[in-house]
This record gives sequence, C-alpha cells and structure tokens, in this order.
Amino acid sequence: MNPISQYYTATDHFVLVPAIMLALFGCAILLLDTWIIPNPSQRKWLLPVFVLPGLGLTGFALWRQQAFLAASGSAEITAFQGALTVDGFSLFFNWVFLIASLIVALVSYKYLEIEGEHHGEYYGLILLAQSGMFFLATGTDLVTLFIGLELMALCFYILVGFLRTDKRSNEAAMKYLILGAFSSGFLAYGFSLLYGMTGSTKLRDIASTLAMRDAWDPMVFLAMATTAVGLLFKISAVPFHMWAPDAYEGAPTTVTAYLSVASKAASFAFLLRIFMGPLAASRASWEPLLSIVAILTMTVGNLAAISQNNVKRLLAYSSISHAGYMLLGLIAGNPTGIKGVSVYVLVYVFMNLGAFLVVVALRRKDLLGEDVEDLAGLIHRSPGYAILMLVFLLSLAGIPPTAGFLGKYYIFLSLVETGHYLLAVVGTLYVAVAVYYYFRLVRSMFQTDASVTEPLATSLGLRVSLAASAALTLAIGIYPEPFLRLAQSSLTR
Amino acid sequence: MTGVPLSWYLILSALLFALGVAGFLFRRNIITVFMSIELMLNAVNLSFVAFSYQLKQVNGHIFTFFVMVVAAAEAAVGLAIILTVFKNRETLNVDEVNSLKN
Repeated sequence: MNPISQYYTATDHFVLVPAIMLALFGCAILLLDTWIIPNPSQRKWLLPVFVLPGLGLTGFALWRQQAFLAASGSAEITAFQGALTVDGFSLFFNWVFLIASLIVALVSYKYLEIEGEHHGEYYGLILLAQSGMFFLATGTDLVTLFIGLELMALCFYILVGFLRTDKRSNEAAMKYLILGAFSSGFLAYGFSLLYGMTGSTKLRDIASTLAMRDAWDPMVFLAMATTAVGLLFKISAVPFHMWAPDAYEGAPTTVTAYLSVASKAASFAFLLRIFMGPLAASRASWEPLLSIVAILTMTVGNLAAISQNNVKRLLAYSSISHAGYMLLGLIAGNPTGIKGVSVYVLVYVFMNLGAFLVVVALRRKDLLGEDVEDLAGLIHRSPGYAILMLVFLLSLAGIPPTAGFLGKYYIFLSLVETGHYLLAVVGTLYVAVAVYYYFRLVRSMFQTDASVTEPLATSLGLRVSLAASAALTLAIGIYPEPFLRLAQSSLTR
Repeated sequence: MTGVPLSWYLILSALLFALGVAGFLFRRNIITVFMSIELMLNAVNLSFVAFSYQLKQVNGHIFTFFVMVVAAAEAAVGLAIILTVFKNRETLNVDEVNSLKN
C-alpha cells in the first residue's frame, strides 16, 4: 500500500526512460557545461561527454522497449492510465528522431565554430527538443501531446535564433515563434472542444465517443477544423506555410537541417495519431479539406521553389512540397498509405539531412555559401561532395534507384488502391516540376566553372554523417526489404 | 456561477478567441501581436474551465494549468527573442522586420 507506486508504476517508468534520459542529459549540459569544460577551446568535448552518452542511453532504452514488445507478443505497452502508449508506431518514429539528433549533433561542431556561437546550450536544446518529440510520438492523451509539442517548439524557437547577433537569425526566430504560438492557440482551442464534446482527454475515449456523432455535426466540424489548422501549421502545409521559408533561411544551417526533418517527422507522427485516432470517424468531412490542402501544398511548394536563388530557401519550398506528398498517404488512409508515410519519413530524413549537410560544408569563415552560385563548379573543387549532393538531389526528386522513389511509390500506390486517381495524377505531374529545380542545382555543380577556390569546411563528424546518409539513401532504394519491414512495424498502433 | 448556461461561456470564449485572432492579424507591433496570442490561449482556458465545470470533472482544470505554463514559457522565450530583434534593428514593427523574403 505504497501510495506513490499507484501513480508511478514500474511500467510507467519503463515507458518513460527514453524521455528521462533525454531530459536528464539535456539539463545536465545546460547546468554543467561551463563547470566541466571551462575552457571555450575545448568545447569539442561536449559531444563525447554529454551528447553521445545521452543519445546512447536513449537508444538503449528504446531498444529494451522494442525487445520487450517483441518478447511479450503484445501490440502495445500503456502507461500513466493510457496517457502514453509504446507501440510499433511510437518506436519507429523515436528511432527516426534519434538518428536525426545524432547526425545533427555530429555535424554542428565545425559550423558553430565558424559562426562563433559554439555553446553547450545548443546540444542541450537538441536533446530537450527530442524529449518533446518522444511525447509527440508516444503520447495518447491531449495534455501529453500538447506539452510535447510545446516542449519541442520552444526548443526550436531558441535554436532558430541561436545566432544572437545575426539579424536574419533573429528575424527567423521571431517569425517562427509568432506563427508557431498562433497555431498552438488554434490547436488548444480544438482540443478544448474535443474535450468538451467527449468529457475525456484520452484519444481512445474521444475516438469511441466521436464515432457516435455525425461527421458534419457543426461542433465536431469546428473541433476538427481548428485542430487541423494547428497541425497543418506544424507540418508547413499551404496555406499555413509562410513561416517555413523564412525560418529555414534565417536559422543556422544545422538547425535548418534538424528542423526540416525531425520537427516534420514529429509533427507527422502527431498528425497521424490525431487523424487516424479521434478524428478517424469524421473522415467524410476532413478528407476533401485535406485533399485541397495537399494539392495546394504541392503546387505552391514546387512552383515557388523554381525561382529561388538561395539553396536553403529552395530546399525549404521543396520540403513544403514533400509535406504535401506525405499528406496524400494520410488521405488514402489504407495500410499501404500509412506505411507509405512511414517509409517517406524515413527516406526523407536521410536525403534531406544529406542535402543540408552539403550546404553546411559550404559555409566558410568569410563566405555564406547559401546561393545556388556557391555550388558552381563543385565537381572540380570537391568531386566527392558533388557526387553525394547528386545522390541526395536525385532521391529528393524521386528518381530510382534512390530511396526517394520508394517513398513516392508507396504513396501513389495507396492513392490508386483507394481510387484517388486525380490526386495521384496531380502528384505525379509535380514530380516533373521538382526534377527541374533540383537539376538547376546539379547543373550549377557540374557545368559551371568554380568562382571560389577555397576548400569546403569539413570535419570528421560531417564526413561520417554524409557518407552514412548517402549510403542509406542508396541502400533503401536498392535493397528496401529490411526498411520496409521496419515501416510495416509502425502499422501496429 | 449558478444559472449561467454553458453556451454563454462558450460564446464568450469564442468571441475572445476571435478577438485574439483579429488582433494577431491586424496589429503591427510585435508586443501587441504577442498579447493577442495570450488572449487566444486565455479564451481556450475559459472554454476548458466551463466544460470541466459542466462535466463535473477535473481534467479540464488540469489542462488549463498546462496551458498557463505553456503561455508563460512562450512569453519568456518570446520576449527574449523580441529583445534581440529590437537590439539588432531598433524597431518593433512587424512590417519593418523583413530582410528575409523572396
């Protein structure tokens, strides 16, 4: 009769360990970095002392959860009276977040040194943001999800504005913060209506209560619409995408890379939890709405990317269009579609991170390296980087045998299976547009002469991460079996 | 609170929320824009408390506390960011902070 054990059981602890590790090491960096590493010239030790052990222990905890699920044969572990659920879905996304954090932490050292803003807080915020993502993928309660989202978003606001003396970084942080907080307001309003209609904050109870109501009931529709606005902001779907190009361009490039993959993956996990859970019954009302949003997202993302001269901004619009493709998987909604979203997220992490890492390497002491012209003649200067960039761009464009093709293949397959022919045709047409602007970058790399001869800013971490991303981008495309099985496991939800 | 029906609270909350959205869209000073967002979050709190009272539960009340915490954290981070913007540019007008564009 220990009163505390009633509220914090062994299972609760087991489920929470990854988040505890991330929060513990994140806070440890914030509190102890100047104490353990007083000399600024030794900041490179931050990585092996704090970040790698933190991520390692998180990975170990996730691996134990995975092993437990496999051994027990049950589909899920629920904790805190159903507020958290560990299942194939949450584990899949948590692995994705872990990989993204690891790669970004590995490549940041040199870049932040060049920017003159290499502080321990940077790594602390990355770990804390990842703990927020953990709650987004694992949470099955409105309160948990809301807190997880805000924890992640607050860390990102600070990270985007991490270059304190840089006007562009400030501005990007301000725009991201104002629009992000605005969208959180909508989301919270939608949540309050969901709670009011059903009398519960648990996704499962909300789903069973809402299933008894008509999809076009005005209250249900209002709750769905406000929640959707909040969620679509986070995945930067048109017409709620205005923040993305500015935040991506102004943020430090390593943060842009992290923001574009991890935040997007977490927001998609959140989106799938809400739309395939509580709102599954009102599909009739949200399917046409999201179809329009998906078409607009692909249109604006692809067409606006054509005229961009800043590589970060171009990749920002390309990531908007990728969000549109991922939305198509949700609209199809059958197992192929959801598996397609999972595959797409996994593939997108490697190819998009890889493309941004090349931009990270282009930043030199006296050179921003963000314009398309800065890629000029890369094949003559650093052939290895040019080839890797080519692999990532081919994959982003969705050309076989790279991984990007696989992601798009499952999305379009699911659309055809469920009879959404129009969406499939529109999506395929925009792939052709995308090839055009990705190949503008390729042309610049391969056909023009080098204007700058300064070597790229590389580091061991960057080279390892780039090689790993490129290897996986090709591996998933050439031998997809194990990765498809991984994505298949995310269906148990 | 007896005698006041739930719908009145919800209408008030919807009006406050709409006011917040209008303030966000039409005001140009960053601080005012930020206050409009706080107004939206407080409208959410009102609707949570009203629902919670009606349903005779504490869930909604608890959510309110979390929304307050989030609003406070957002204000702390937000004002810090606004401060750095002001230091670098000497302006708080949203339209004049525009070096990033197509």
